[in-house]
Amino acid sequence: MNFATTATRTRQSMLATNEVIRSTYTLLSMTLLFSAAMAALSVWLRLPPMTHLLSAGGALLLIWLVLPRTANSAKGLAVVFAITGLLGFGLGPILTLYLALPNGPQIVATAFGGTGVIFLGLSGYALATRRDFSFLGGFLFTGLLVVLVAALANIFLSIPVLSLTISAAVILIMSGFILFDTSRLISGGETNYILATVSLYLSLFNIFVHLLSLLGIMRSDD
Amino acid sequence: MAPWSKIGWALVLGLMVVALIPRLREMMTHAPRGGRDDWVAALLPLALVVAFVALLLWLV
Repeated sequence: MNFATTATRTRQSMLATNEVIRSTYTLLSMTLLFSAAMAALSVWLRLPPMTHLLSAGGALLLIWLVLPRTANSAKGLAVVFAITGLLGFGLGPILTLYLALPNGPQIVATAFGGTGVIFLGLSGYALATRRDFSFLGGFLFTGLLVVLVAALANIFLSIPVLSLTISAAVILIMSGFILFDTSRLISGGETNYILATVSLYLSLFNIFVHLLSLLGIMRSDD
Repeated sequence: MAPWSKIGWALVLGLMVVALIPRLREMMTHAPRGGRDDWVAALLPLALVVAFVALLLWLV
């Protein structure tokens, strides 16, 4: 009797976890498409660089102040689209800058494809191995804090080598976050698909922006 | 970068640092510790990411 009850609970828990994973990847796909459409609109409008700062600031405020209060309701979906739409819209001036380079479209396409390969590879690895990567939490958050402080300092120092190092470190840390977030989804550590989508989207967004930056820096050295 | 832009980005990054500290404290106290096998399993795909990015930089 106890065995049957435990088995039923385990099965229910697995079904719930699979449902969260499916909902997360569906919402992530939709937000990525929406974000790309907003980025295309922003490129077409040829908006000034200030747009990037304002969009990032607006998205961060939504993530901190609005998302935690709406993540458990239908309003959370609108907030996720607002966050990803703003971040996509803010990408416009950066993309315009890179697209104006002699081989700009190739750099943007490489960064886009590279981000896709990294995400699919790491998510596939975490889903296939079903390993628990929650032990990476302390390491990843410490790394992120160090990178943020370094980026803050580099705003005023403007050291090119430090920019390169920061971009490389962000790609590595965000890759770790993909493993961390995916394993939390699998283990049932994250049961809210809206929060899981935002976490994965931010990792993808940061990998794309910093891969673009690395490719752009390397190209400009030629 | 224009001075107003530098100040704006510094504010955004400064706020991110402030918001991150409580999460970091929580992670440092509650996150489980990984064994040798766990670290190998995590570092292997990350090493592949590094190799892949190096390949992209070489190709472009």
